[in-house]
Formats: sequence, structure tokens, C-alpha cells
Amino acid sequence: MSAAILGLAAAATPAPRPVNGVALAVLVVIFVGVAVMGFLASRWRVKPAERGMKSLDEWGLGGRGFGNWITWFLLGGDLYTAYTFIAVPAAIYSTGSVTGFFAVPYTIVLYPIVFLLMARLWSVSHRHGFVTPADFVGGRYGSKALSTAVALTGILATMPYIALQLVGIKAVLEVLGLGNASNPLLADLPLIIAFVVLAAYTYTAGLRAPATIAVVKDLLIYVVIIVAIVWLPSHFGGWGQIFQAADAKMSAINPATGKAVGSIIPGATSMNAYWTLALGSAMALFMYPHSITGVLATKSRNVIRRNAVLLPLYTVVLGLLALLGYIAIKAGTIPVGANGVINPQLVVPQLFLDNFPAWFAGIALAAIAVGALVPAAIMSIAASNLFTRNIYRDLIKPDATPAQEAKVSKITSLVVKFGALIFVIAMDQSAAINMQLLGGIWILQTFPSIVAGLYTRWFHRRALLLGWAVGIAYGTISAFNVINPVTKAHFGGSVAVIPFTDIPIYIAITAFVINAIVAIVFTLVFRAVKVKEGTDITTANDYGADEHDPKVVKVTEKVKWLEPEPDSPIV
Amino acid sequence: MSTSEAPTRGPARPMPYVIAGILLAIAIIAPLLVPLYARADPPLFGLPFFYWYQILSVFIEAFILWITYLIVIREDNRRRAAVRTLPDAPHIDSSTAAQK
Repeated sequence: MSAAILGLAAAATPAPRPVNGVALAVLVVIFVGVAVMGFLASRWRVKPAERGMKSLDEWGLGGRGFGNWITWFLLGGDLYTAYTFIAVPAAIYSTGSVTGFFAVPYTIVLYPIVFLLMARLWSVSHRHGFVTPADFVGGRYGSKALSTAVALTGILATMPYIALQLVGIKAVLEVLGLGNASNPLLADLPLIIAFVVLAAYTYTAGLRAPATIAVVKDLLIYVVIIVAIVWLPSHFGGWGQIFQAADAKMSAINPATGKAVGSIIPGATSMNAYWTLALGSAMALFMYPHSITGVLATKSRNVIRRNAVLLPLYTVVLGLLALLGYIAIKAGTIPVGANGVINPQLVVPQLFLDNFPAWFAGIALAAIAVGALVPAAIMSIAASNLFTRNIYRDLIKPDATPAQEAKVSKITSLVVKFGALIFVIAMDQSAAINMQLLGGIWILQTFPSIVAGLYTRWFHRRALLLGWAVGIAYGTISAFNVINPVTKAHFGGSVAVIPFTDIPIYIAITAFVINAIVAIVFTLVFRAVKVKEGTDITTANDYGADEHDPKVVKVTEKVKWLEPEPDSPIV
Repeated sequence: MSTSEAPTRGPARPMPYVIAGILLAIAIIAPLLVPLYARADPPLFGLPFFYWYQILSVFIEAFILWITYLIVIREDNRRRAAVRTLPDAPHIDSSTAAQK
């Protein structure tokens, strides 16, 4: 099978890949089942009076009522995206540990950070009805400029992330033999159909749709990965031999750079890159609007903390999936794309197709494809909420009713998805990847505004804005200046040396440190010259509030705030 | 007086938060000390140390977070109870506390 594909790759005009009928049929069946679930979700846990999703709390946050289990599946599906499942093994397959396996410490370090920060963000958002991180920043610092900056960064960083989910679906379809028709429109037709269906049920059911689908997707992923990790290593002579093959590939010299292809264990020079990539990505992940949407959709303050204890189970799955990249080296998997060119992103789908019966490969590929739908839906909802609350309501129509907000958000979610679709179809895939890389650097620049605000009002709003601007500028320029050693293209990676040293680290971390220093220095300066501070609508009590504590908005409307709570969470 | 001045929790005792803070600091810093685990030996079932250690550390980390969770929740509940279960009229206590 792989020999045949090799022949294909060498041929001057590659013959079309055969369509794998059985695997495709399994994929289509699962896809249709998931779509039905997505539409039915609009009635899931909705009181008859609230049908139709007439507020952002209902449409954009699933009624703010998700408990431990649903949140576990939802955040699992949200954070560990299909693109991760495609890109991490692909990176391991191409260059080894540093570019790929850092995803494991990244998603380990993530959870103490989540534990520390997110319960406070939940409490203050619950009290004030905040829907987005920019809502919080606006309320905390009384600065529309700062909240708009946070909102725009969130939207810009999320868009390419959605596009990458499409790249994930495309990889699956390509391996199945679709997407190589001579008519370009026909080639992209399956992708377009999948996305139109996704857009339709997200529009109808809001966040409840990805929440229900996430359960199916995660169970499929767990089954697939357990089977793969039990069966494949013994089939290919055990881990010892797999790592021998991987080591041989990584220590070979790349003629383009004159250096080794990669390494299976990071050497002394790449250790700083390894840990800064892990730390920077972990700090950035919960600044992304789609992660915060998952947090704010939970029912009570401590759901997110319990999930910080239980979500690491997905990290184990990610680590095992990453190792599939090495198994593919030993197995001799040849990930050749529809155009006959080698594309490492296809390595995991191809590995499943080569080594498992067609029906099981179909399930595995469906798990990846459905895994792309869940985050794509949540991301589009999160980006729409940001647009609605922090641009439409804050800047255009301050007296928007909840029903109008929901309407605007629903329509924006369609615009966002089709924007991503056009992006992937019309532009080169590498554009989406570069943008995503930049997005990670950008989103970390909102960290000082959001996180410092959870603990202290010490920072000055103008200083935070200035730090944000400097961080974004530095990050963008230094990412642009990274040149790919093989293709000589800009945006060749996310690691660059710290200025005035020769230590290569993750650019986002350098930009973040510069950002924080600027924010601290200018806070002192602005305070010394008495630049006006904004109004803070939050109080210290808001940061410890739980489910049954009265909401601030409700209480200012009617002064009857001393009614005993329905059932106290204590006892 | 604004509603959000009514305390949601009683005053904190520092100790539980200090212990939780140390545990979280360990949980954040330990996985970033790459030189400690960037080596091949000893392997487990043919997996280099670098790989099996990091996968194992996921479980260690989850355990640390679970302990932290128990500590923080216990203190959180105590602080909440301090505000809620004051004799008969919680609103009087809330408002006096807010005036301080």
C-alpha cells in the first residue's frame, strides 16, 4: 500500500487517490448522527418559555448551567482540538520532540494556572453578568479603549484558529480520497457541506450544540487512542525499535540546513525553547475567548476547579497521540496529499488507514473530523459574543436588549464561520498556520489586563493599553523576522533569541515580559502625573461570589436582596 | 450602599492559601525544569525516560491539584459559613461588616 503511494508521489501527473468507500461511509454516518444531535440540542435543558435562545446567556453560554461532567467533555473538546490531534503528531513525525512534545508539559502546566485564576473570573462574571473577558476588563478598569483592545485581540486570534479546524477536516477528507477532483469547487464541496451544517446547528442551538457533540467526540477519541496505543507498538516490534527508527530519522543531516533533522530528546540549546513554549502556550490558552466561554458556561464557582483536577486525563491522550508520530516513522507511513506532495499533517489519518480495517479507520477519522466541529463551533460563538458585547453594544448600540444581542451574535457566528471557510479554500494553508502562530503571541498580550485585574487594581488602564500595544508590535515584528531555513519564507516559527542575548525562546514570552515591564513603569509614571483612573464597578466581594449569591444587576433593580437563598450551598 | 458590598465570604485565614500557593507553584515549575528529565535513561518498555516521565507526571500533577482543591474548598466553605450562618439575621451582620 505505501509502496503504491510512493509510486504515485514520484509520478509526473499523480493519478487520483482511490476513495475508501467503507471508511467514508462510517464517517458520513457518524457525521449525520452528530448533526441530528446538534439540532436537538436546542431543546436540551431549555425551559419551554425560553425556547428560541433569546439572550446571550442562553445562546452563547448554554444557560450558564453546565455541571462537572458536561464541562469536562465541553472543555476537553474545546481545548484539545482536531488541529492539535493532527499537528502534534505531524510535528513529532517531522522534527521530533521540541516542536511537538512540548504540548504535554504545556497541557500539564495549564491546569494549576486555570485552578488559580478561573474561579475568580467565574465569580466576578457571574455577579456582573459578564459574557466575555473584555466585559470584565471594561468593568474593572472603566476603559472602553482597553476592553476594545482585548476584544479585537480575541477576535483576531480566534479567526485563524477556526480556519485551522477546517484544515483538520480537510486532512481527513484528503486521506479518504476526496478533494482531488479536477473541478476545484467539487474538490472542496464535502468541506463546504460539513461547515454549512455546522453553522446551521450552531445558529439554532448555540453553545448547547458543541456541548452535546463533545460527549460523542471525546468517547470516540478515547476508544480510538486506547486501541491504537495497545495494538500498534506490538505490531511494529515494540517501543524500543520504534524509537530506534525515530532516532535514525532525526539524526540524519538535512541537506538544506546542514543540521540534524531534529532530535527525540531536546538538546541543551533547545531546552529554553521547550519550556518557554510550554509556559507561554499554557498562559495564553485561557486568554482565548473560546476557553473563557467554556468557563463562564459552568454552573458554579468550583466546577472549573474540579475540572482542573480531572481534565489532565486528556493530556495523557495527547501524549499518546503524539507518540503516533514516531510509530508512523517506524511503520513507514507516507503522508502524500491529493496533489501528490508529501504533507506531514496527513500522517495520523494515513497511519490509521494503512494499519486498521476500513471500518475502524473510519471511526478514527470521524473522531478527528467531529473533533474539529466542536472547537470550531465554540470559537465562532466566543468570537461572536466578543463582537456583540464589546463592539456592537459598547460602541454602536449601548441600549441593545438581550434579544437583540442574541440576534447579532447568531448572525455574527455565521459571518465568522464563512470567513474562515473562504480563508481556507481561497488561501494557502500556511497562511492559516502563520496567523495562528501570531494569534498565540497576540492573545498572551491580553494576559496582564485580564489576570492582574483579577487580583489587583494597581495597574493603570492607560499603562496596560500601552503595554499591550508594545507587546503586540514586538511579537509581530519578531515573528515576521523568523525565516524558515528550508523555504526561506517569513513566519518560519515561533522561537527567536531574546534581544541582546543568544538564547532562543518562545517569542510570546519575550513580548509578554516587555509588555509587563511597560505596564509597570507607565503605571508609576501616569500615577505620578495624575492621569485620570477609570471607574471600577467591581468590589472585593465579587471575586469570591458563588452560584446563590445575589447578582449585582438583579439587586440594583429591586432592593429585595435579603431574601433567604433558595438552598444554601453550605452544610 | 451597593449590593456588591455585602460580603460573600468571611475573612481569610492565611495558612490554607499559603500551602495551596506552594503546591500550585510546585505544579507549575516542576514540569518546566527540562534538564531534570531531558534524557533517555532509564527507559520503560522501550520508551525513553523523557517520554514516560512526562506522561507519568500528568498523574502526579492531577494528584497535587486534587490535594490543593481539598484545602482551598475547605477554607472557602468555612469563610462562606462565617457569613451565612450568623444567628438569625444575616442582613444586619452583612451591613455592619460592609460599614467597617
